Amino acid sequence: MAMVDEPLYPIALLIDELKNDDIQLRLNSIRRLSTIARALGEERTRKELIPFLSENSDDDDEVLLAMAEELGVFIPFVGGIEHAHVLLPPLESLCTVEETSVREKAVDSLCKIGSQMKESDLVDSFVPLVKRLAAGEWFAARVSACGLFHVAYQGCTDVLKTELRSSYGQLCQDDMPMVRRAAASNLGKFATTVESTFLNAEIMTMFDGLTKDEQDSVRLLAVEGCAALGKLLEPQECVARILPVIVNFSQDKSWRVRYMVANQLYELCEAVGPDCTKTDLVPAYVRLLRDNEAEVRIAAAGKVTKFCQLLNPELAIQHILPCVKELSSDSSQHVRSALASVIMGMAPILGKDSTIEHLLPIFLSLLKDEFPDVRLNIISKLDQVNQVIGIDLLSQSLLPAIVELAEDRHWRVRLAIIEYVPLLASQLGIGFFDDKLGALCMQWMQDKVYSIREAAANNLKRLAEEFGSEWAMQHIVPQVLDMVNNPHYLHRMMALRAISLMAPVMGSEITCSKFLPVVVEASKDRVPNIKFNVAKLLQSLIPIVDQSVVDKTIRQCLVDLSEDPDVDVRYFANQALRSIDAAAVAQS
Amino acid sequence: MNGGDGAASSSAATSGPPPPSLEWRFSQVFGERTAGEEVHEVDIISAIEFDKSGDHLATGDRGGRVVLFERTDTKDHGGSRRDAEEMDYSVRHPEFRYKTEFQSHEPEFDYLKSLEIEEKINKIRWCQPANGALFLLSTNDKTIKYWKVQEKKIKKISEMNIDPSNDPGSSSSLPIIANGVHADKPQDYLSKDYPFPPGGIPSLRLPLVTSLETSLVARCRRVYAHAHDYHINSISNSSDGETFISADDLRVNLWNLEVSNQSFNIVDVKPTNMEDLTEVITSAEFHPIHCNMLAYSSSKGSIRLIDMRQSALCDSHTKLFEEPEAPGSRSFFTEIIASISDIKFSKNGRYILSRDYMTLKLWDINMDSGPVASYQVHEHLRPRLCDLYENDSIFDKFECCLSGDGSRVATGSYSNLFRVFGASQGSTEAATLEASKNPMRRQIQPPARSSRSMTSGVRRGSESPGSDANGNAHDFTTKLLHMAWHPTENSIACAAANSLYMYYA
Repeated sequence: MAMVDEPLYPIALLIDELKNDDIQLRLNSIRRLSTIARALGEERTRKELIPFLSENSDDDDEVLLAMAEELGVFIPFVGGIEHAHVLLPPLESLCTVEETSVREKAVDSLCKIGSQMKESDLVDSFVPLVKRLAAGEWFAARVSACGLFHVAYQGCTDVLKTELRSSYGQLCQDDMPMVRRAAASNLGKFATTVESTFLNAEIMTMFDGLTKDEQDSVRLLAVEGCAALGKLLEPQECVARILPVIVNFSQDKSWRVRYMVANQLYELCEAVGPDCTKTDLVPAYVRLLRDNEAEVRIAAAGKVTKFCQLLNPELAIQHILPCVKELSSDSSQHVRSALASVIMGMAPILGKDSTIEHLLPIFLSLLKDEFPDVRLNIISKLDQVNQVIGIDLLSQSLLPAIVELAEDRHWRVRLAIIEYVPLLASQLGIGFFDDKLGALCMQWMQDKVYSIREAAANNLKRLAEEFGSEWAMQHIVPQVLDMVNNPHYLHRMMALRAISLMAPVMGSEITCSKFLPVVVEASKDRVPNIKFNVAKLLQSLIPIVDQSVVDKTIRQCLVDLSEDPDVDVRYFANQALRSIDAAAVAQS
Repeated sequence: MNGGDGAASSSAATSGPPPPSLEWRFSQVFGERTAGEEVHEVDIISAIEFDKSGDHLATGDRGGRVVLFERTDTKDHGGSRRDAEEMDYSVRHPEFRYKTEFQSHEPEFDYLKSLEIEEKINKIRWCQPANGALFLLSTNDKTIKYWKVQEKKIKKISEMNIDPSNDPGSSSSLPIIANGVHADKPQDYLSKDYPFPPGGIPSLRLPLVTSLETSLVARCRRVYAHAHDYHINSISNSSDGETFISADDLRVNLWNLEVSNQSFNIVDVKPTNMEDLTEVITSAEFHPIHCNMLAYSSSKGSIRLIDMRQSALCDSHTKLFEEPEAPGSRSFFTEIIASISDIKFSKNGRYILSRDYMTLKLWDINMDSGPVASYQVHEHLRPRLCDLYENDSIFDKFECCLSGDGSRVATGSYSNLFRVFGASQGSTEAATLEASKNPMRRQIQPPARSSRSMTSGVRRGSESPGSDANGNAHDFTTKLLHMAWHPTENSIACAAANSLYMYYA
């Protein structure tokens, strides 16, 4: 046992705690590994700390994860790039632990280090590491290996490259499905580093093998490889080798594979180019839109707009639109909801006439959907259609839909529609709004659920911003002021809330003439909650109104409140009074 | 086949002469009861499972404990020449020794539903080993746990910078602050850009760790909870190595081993109105090779095979295996005894073995018209169904198992008896053994193994009803519910109350 100088105590402690029984302390020490390394110096870090860490791979996962992360940025602390190889052994042992998150982090860090290493070091130490892992006894090592090939491959000799390719080929045929999955998901990355001659021959053979794997879970990862490989291949090759695979996958027996195709189809189209998209992928997409499995249709429906962007309007109308019509009355609400969230985007693609002819009926039927999410999704994207065909054609159906949502029994639905009211107001115009929606906005102010009332008050503010204070004076302010006399104290409180939100928008004059008298009146309420909210509100009005008004009206009101029997009222009143003083000091 | 009923009988193994009947011998017993010793409820074994290699065996008990055993006969001189020579003359059979045990589940209380949750282990399943560590899933009625059992070095830290004996507060940096003197200064050392001398500080040293011995440590890696409203009856791993299913009375859920906070419901047989409930799920198992297929059995005696590729919610089955009810045989008990208590896939995935109260049935998954073979296990109890109903024995859930090559099947019975039947074509093998040191003590005439023509009423060779060969009345309190067949050898592990008996042939 050695005693260290007292000034070194904290760093000494940090080092000792690498082996503390308490995981939090170990974790703390590992996170400060760079400090420890700097205290030990580069040489001792290489010779002592790193070997010490290599022995540490049976620690708790959290500690190992932190260690894997720290080591990824450790090159400066071991003496720079030429010593980077000393970091490999601890990371190699982390690549073999069974916890996935630790392994992934270790692979990340190894890639970071490997991509900075000199070519000769790469060949001397990194490539052997990859080969060791790839031939590892336990699957965990082989899974990790798959993620390292793309780093190892660059800058290798031809002999080594051949070896690495054949090693990867073996991983693609590993007994363990976990390894094949890792090989499938890393194939795209590896392929980017492989020369094109080998790409066509060897990589594509591996890819073909994976696409025919007996395990669904492997095949569906191969789908992702399609797009990545497609972008690497010559267009001609891509059409010959990738396209048939995509078309096959889109008819795979497993819905999960088809789901992946539906999700990836846009990227796949980019890979094969516009011509093949039209001839081959449109039929595939149409099949996916009509799939038996709702999950697949959800994924496909969500991509309908993106896909149509790739096509010309005629093709979209001819092939995709009939499916969209079917989907709009799909038996699964989630499919309809996914469709509703994107379908408005089709309007600009199809143009005005086609939108009116084909899409409008679909919009209208979705607006009448029994499932609120569907209607909400349509309403949320209203602006996209408005630009193309104007709102008038929709407004007749829109109103009942909005009213119904506004009164939905689920408060989250009501909340969602309130969020869209300013958007609707701007799209529908002032006239329409006054007639139909004004009353609703006030109705929400008295909702049973606080979140709705809160959102409603906020909504009034946003409307005042949208339509200006003059309009607000006519259509909102009278009703709000009226609410201050509501027999229910919660509603009175909401009126105060609305006033505090609207005052900055309405400006000083209206605040003084309209709001302030009402607020002062409210300070004589019998409910303490109202009174201390008045105090808070008055405090928020101080910067808006003139100093004279503050001195004349607000201060007096607050002084009265500061003598209230209720302790909370006194507290907030005094706080407001102090802020008046503070403001006065700041001005003088 | 068995006598002259002449019915076509297809069977599990390939054709050719049936293998000779096995001569079962006692191998080992763990936790044997001495005469008159009382059995503690918590010690009663409630689950048995061999791992894939057959090198390990796990048992779970009602006290929530999991006990692991490891094979000793191959490990000591595995693969050596001496080993191979020894094979020639000595009768070698799997031998196991106690490895370790751990408390998997504790009794709990669900406050929302005012329900006690027993700690009893319902099922154990082994997972893929990695880095020399063993992994297994264990479940009670509600919660599934993922365990890692690993040899850990016991570490002793022998050298530190700060002598812990001199410094009472060594586990925190408080003493410095307390001394007051260095309260500011230490911050410098720990700050990101404190300039350390380029060679480092030589007086600092890393803790020296010495490890002398190792010990087995079981750690719970993940807990999969709150996904089942009813009692979990089965768990089963998929061949893809990343997912498993758990089944309760009305639902089957699919989990990813690495994700413990969400699962997907893939089968839901709960009717909208619980009064319409007529059938519950009794057992479920993944296909051993195809990760998309799984089978589940029901209380009405049917087995459904589902293909997860077809749809996300697999409420409609791909194949339904059930035996048509024999006309005129219906009674009050028909439905109760039809309930399947356990199903197992054969190793190659071609066959499903099912156990109901009276019989074992072997199904070919390519033939849904009826079982390829059925074996009478409890036919002699038929006249006594009333008594069995009275004392609830009729609801006992016996498990079944297949040998690794699929040529034999086995299941348990009362009086600590179990039965082994030959499943190969033409085999008439049928043994009744007792879970004791002398398994053949109760060996009797091979009982009937009959084909589908059974239902025509011709029954042959049934045992004498009501008593076994020794004339003993059946003891319904000693029942052998749980058993497992070694994956590669003819070796059976079975649980008689708190004792684990192992036999070989």
